[in-house]
Formats: sequence, structure tokens, C-alpha cells
Amino acid sequence: MNFYESKVDSDLTLLEPTLEKYGDAAENLISVLQSAQEIYGYLPTDVIIHISQRMCVPIVKIIGVATFYSQFRLTPIGKYLIMLCKGTACHVNGADGIYEAISEYLNIKDNETTEDGLFTIKCVACLGCCSLSPVMMVNDDTYGTLTPEKAVNILKTLAEKEKNQ
Amino acid sequence: MKIAVGQGSCGIAAGALKAFEVLERKLNKDNELTFTGCIGMCYLEPIVDVYNGNELHRFVRVTSEIAEKIAKAVNRGDFSDMGEYEISDDDKAFLSSQTRIALRHCGVINPEKIEDYIGDRGYDAIKKCVTEMTPEQVIEEIKISGLAGRGGAGFPTWFKWNAARNSEGSEKYLICNADEGDPGAFMDRAVIESDPHTLIEGMLIGAYAIGAKEAIVYVRAEYPLAVKRLKKAIEQAKELGFIGDNIFGTDFSCDFKIKAGAGAFVCGEETALIESLEGSRGMPRLKPPFPAQSGFLRKPSNINNVETFANVAWIIQNGGEKFAEMGTETSKGTKVFALTGKINKGGLVEIPMGKTLRDVIFGIGGGIRDGKKFKAVQMGGPSGGCIPESLLDTVIDYKALAATGAIMGSGGMVVMDESTCMVGMAKFFLDFTAKESCGKCTHCRIGTKRMLEILTRITDGEGTAEDLTLLEELCNSIKDGALCGLGQTAPNPVLTTLKYFRNEYLEHIENKRCAAHECVKFRKYKIDPDACRGCTACARKCPAGAITGAPKSVHKIDPNICVGCGSCLSACRFGAVEVE
Repeated sequence: MNFYESKVDSDLTLLEPTLEKYGDAAENLISVLQSAQEIYGYLPTDVIIHISQRMCVPIVKIIGVATFYSQFRLTPIGKYLIMLCKGTACHVNGADGIYEAISEYLNIKDNETTEDGLFTIKCVACLGCCSLSPVMMVNDDTYGTLTPEKAVNILKTLAEKEKNQ
Repeated sequence: MKIAVGQGSCGIAAGALKAFEVLERKLNKDNELTFTGCIGMCYLEPIVDVYNGNELHRFVRVTSEIAEKIAKAVNRGDFSDMGEYEISDDDKAFLSSQTRIALRHCGVINPEKIEDYIGDRGYDAIKKCVTEMTPEQVIEEIKISGLAGRGGAGFPTWFKWNAARNSEGSEKYLICNADEGDPGAFMDRAVIESDPHTLIEGMLIGAYAIGAKEAIVYVRAEYPLAVKRLKKAIEQAKELGFIGDNIFGTDFSCDFKIKAGAGAFVCGEETALIESLEGSRGMPRLKPPFPAQSGFLRKPSNINNVETFANVAWIIQNGGEKFAEMGTETSKGTKVFALTGKINKGGLVEIPMGKTLRDVIFGIGGGIRDGKKFKAVQMGGPSGGCIPESLLDTVIDYKALAATGAIMGSGGMVVMDESTCMVGMAKFFLDFTAKESCGKCTHCRIGTKRMLEILTRITDGEGTAEDLTLLEELCNSIKDGALCGLGQTAPNPVLTTLKYFRNEYLEHIENKRCAAHECVKFRKYKIDPDACRGCTACARKCPAGAITGAPKSVHKIDPNICVGCGSCLSACRFGAVEVE
């Protein structure tokens, strides 16, 4: 991929307050990327180039950091990000079955987004709600003691809600 | 009356906000409705506490309907017919058999009100330190207490503080490792969400002891509620002058910063954490120099875990000796465990060191769910191991646990019953460490991948007897060759399962059988002809086309085509599909 041939055209002014606050110290790179991802939903190439120029950090270093940490995304995600916990307690209590069920229902795999742009599945290591395992988070809401049916029903309700809007 | 709704992450996930909303609407306005963090009885969430004078009514598993009943009972001041919703005596024992120091305020105070914390001797300990004690005396008190790092390694806290104190340079950093990455551990999240001021006070004391003017909390991004409450707590403490310049009118000044982690397990390793704080990929540095000499921005730094700091204020208030009275010869004080898995009563358990695993799992935890048989307890996450039933009387002590091949770890205790495959468990952890390996050193990067391939071979039914020898060889060379704790301990889940559950490995290899029915490749399904109604649901669901049969006649699964996915099992409404 040639980085400079990016087709995106992000509104870079949105990032200005962040860069003013953190932009002068390279050690703040992760905080800046986190803030950028919050604004744009992912890290678009033009934003990365902009950050690189403003913070005097090479693009290769930014890509290195962005691909090292699981939080960062280089492609857009769906409106609903499903974080399915695959921690030890969830594993023992059947997280694999939950994954199979929602993956079949949405017809996507881990780290993929549905064609309508509604759902993205992301398997994560541990959400720290082990006593409610198996657990998934959809955006900021946590759902516990899941069964395959329960998990699919939660997604059905969300899809239904979107249809009616 | 005062009514408090438990609102830790797990309480909220269980529906605490709904209960709160109902209470807010229905309670007479002369009552005080508030919330607390997590009391640790996660299996009973949502929990609502009603303080009627000195009397406490604790309601558990509170649905909207029960919340409405609670509101009515509070409004009329009569709880006589509410007994069935209150906590049972058996469940009360879950809390009463614990000794709480790090968790002393969890579920008791409102984490977003600094007054609640101050009301229980909050910020007294840091006041005592800065006004009555020298930094050396503080370190001495921690030394007497025997407090050791609760993040897993169990290194004496005083020693690290002392090394950082004695390092040259006026610019030093105190860092809290709140990057709780161990799958299966959530005590740090609970402490920050339920009692953030305890962490702040412990860190202030640490900063005073080592001579740091800046304290940094490196907290996991996956814990949004913890970050929010910690931010609020820091603001409150700043307003009241506990954080900032000239604390308590002395020349001790300390500022606080929160840095959100970005999701990398290896950042629990202290030098990797420092790299991450500096905005780089979290790859461990070679030690020495240790962080105490050259850490964050190459300045002397000290890093401790959340639970370690949560003990500090208590030790200063009550004296190191009192802390050291609890525990064993080599492990002092208490330890918090996150008890989860196939356990009846899952939640947070804080007990003095020296109790046995059996005390925790069968005593406090109430044994195994659904009357099944205990198989193993996994301790220490991906760096730890699986402890079998024969070793359940092992005492909780850094040395004793290490002797089993597992480790104390940060305190995750995942209980497994007979339905968990131990080879699958080892594979699960290797899959984790292989993904989380930072890639810096060859043994860890490639070694964990090769181990994962062997384990996958075994669970797919293609393993050979030589694979076990190869696995052991790889385990030992990774232990010796890896740079940091992640790699050095990555073989532990494999080594302990090989040691205690070798039969299961052999069964997978020789008999192509998984007794726990967990390994998909070995699963064989059949249809009970007496129960089958010929509804065709299973045949329509089968992705491999292995099921044949006309409508309304008994169906049959061709074992040669079946891939063992289990779709038929979940499709059948008559319970006719059985696992062989």
C-alpha cells in the first residue's frame, strides 16, 4: 500500500485540540492515536500522515505502534462493535459456542464487519467481568451469562431497532 | 434510610442501573439513595443494601420487580415480608469468612464521593507519613509488614522503594501498573471502580517514600468505568489539596496522571509498560538497568500493582507488624483472588495467606456448579498453571504455589470441572501468549507458535507420542531463552498439564478421544431413534450434509461425513441428538 495515495479525506481540524494539548511530546503518541480513533472511529491514512508531520514522528513508527496494540484499527468498523470476551473464565463457560452463534448469524468472522456496516466482531482477551461469563460488550454495554440464543437475540434486537429508524 | 446499589462493572452488566432507576422513581424523597462499587459477590448481583439505623438489609439478584418491592418496604418502614429477597445465611458466609484489607472499602463507600473515603480515616495515612515520618521510616514500616508485589512476582515492595529512593537524580516517577491483562483476573478493576482513593493514597505514600513528584497510573483501556472513576477521584483529591503542591503544608508535592493502555498483555511487564508510557511499542528492555535506576524517560522509576498500593495506607495506619501477623513465614498479609469458572459462588475473595486452595474453592466458593466433579484450578493466568485435586490442600503462599508449577500470579483463580479438556486449556493459553508475544526475542516469538502448532495437532487427532517429547523440549528452551516474564512463564500451562494430566494428552494421541467432549474433531454425534420425530431440523442445519432421513421418519448421522460441529445438537428440539 502506498501511504500517500490514500483516498480518504478526513476533517483534520477535529484533531487540532488534541494536537495542541499533546502534540509536542513524542511520548504522548498513544494518547493522540487514542483520541484520533475516538474522533474518526479508526485511524485513516491522512490522519496518520498529519499526526506524523505535526508530532515529528516517522510514519513507520506510528504504524508500528498502531499495529502493536489491539485497540487500534486501520479500517472503519460497524456502528456496533461487538467485543466478545475469550478470557479464561469465558472460555471455560462456553465462549466458543457464543462466537459460532453470532458469527453464523451475522455471517462474518472475527475482525470483520457486516456488509450493511452495522456490526463488527472482535474477540478480546478479557473484559474483567469473569463472574458473569460468558460475556460480550456491544459498544459500551456489557451483557453477561450469555447463551448462544441470548447473544443472537441481543443482536437481533439491535438490528430490528436500526431497521425501524 | 440509606439505600445503596452496587455499581461495579459486573453489577451494571447484571442490571444494577435498572434497579437504581426504579428505586429513584419509587422511593420517598426523604431517603438517601446512593451507590457503591463492587462488594465482590458477583454471583448475587445486582445487590441493594438498605441501612435502617444500625440494621442492614441486603437484597440480592434484584430485578426491577424486586426493586419496586424494596422501595415499597422502605417507604412504609416494614421489611417483614421481604425475607425471601434478602441474602441467605449461607451467602453471608461468603463475606464473613474473608479478611478484607485491600478491599476494605469495596462495596461499602461511594467511590465517587471523597467524603465517604475521608469519613473512614481516608488520607490519614499520607498525612501521618508527610508530617510525622521520614521517607526512610515509611520504607521501614513497609519492610516490617512484609508486603510483596501483588502483581504476581511477589518481589518485596520495600526493596523496590528503597532502590528507587537511593537512586541518584531529583526527577523520579512512581507508576501504578493497572494494566490488568491476565484473562480471569479482575481484582484491580474492582479496586479502582470501588475505592479509587485507596489507590491514590497508597501511591502518594509510595511517591513520598521514593521521592517522586509525579505519579502515573497506567490503566487498561478496556476498563472505561475504572478510568472514569479514577479521573473523578483525582480531581476531587486535587481540589482538597491531597494532590498538588505542598501537601498538608509540607514541602512534599506530587502530581497525578492517567495513561490509558492500548491493549497489549506484555505491557504488564514493567519495562514494556515503560516503553508504552513513552509512546512506543510495548517491548521489554533488557535488565539491568532496572527501572529503579533507569525507567520512565530514563529516570529512576518505581512500578507497583494496584492491589499492592491498596494495602499501603492500611499498613501505615495499623502498623506493619499487624499486617505481618497474618500469613505464613514467607508470605505476609492477605491476597485477593478472583474466583470464577465452574464455581457456585464466583466473585472476589480476600483471605490471609496460609489458607488452603480447598478453603477458598470449597469453603468460600461453595464448590463446583451443577454437582459436577472438580478437575483443576488454574492460577496465574497465561504465566501460571493448572493445579489438580490431589494438591488442593496446598497453602496459599508464594513458595508453596510455585512448587506446584503454578504461581500465585495476580490472583485469577479459574475453576474447572470434568467438562474442561486440559489439552484444550493448554492450547487456549498458548494461543493467547503466541498472539501476545511482542516478537522481540526468538524463543518466545517462534517457540510459542511451534508449541501452539503441536497442541493443535494433538487436539485435532494428529498428534504422535514424539510430540510430547518435543513439547517438553520446547518448554525448557523457551523458559531459558526468553527475555522477559511473558516468555519465561509461557510454557507453564503446558508443563503443569503435562505433569498432572498427562493421561489426557495420551488419550488424545493414542485413543483419539477427548473425555471432556470439548475437542470438536473427536466429537461424534448420533441420533436416538426413540426420541427422533423426523422433523428434519437437524438435517437442514447440518453444514456437512451428514444427516439423512425422510420427514417423519428417524434420521441418521453418517459418522464418516460428520465434522462434529454440534449444529444438530442445538437444532434438535426433542433431545434426540446425543454426544458419544
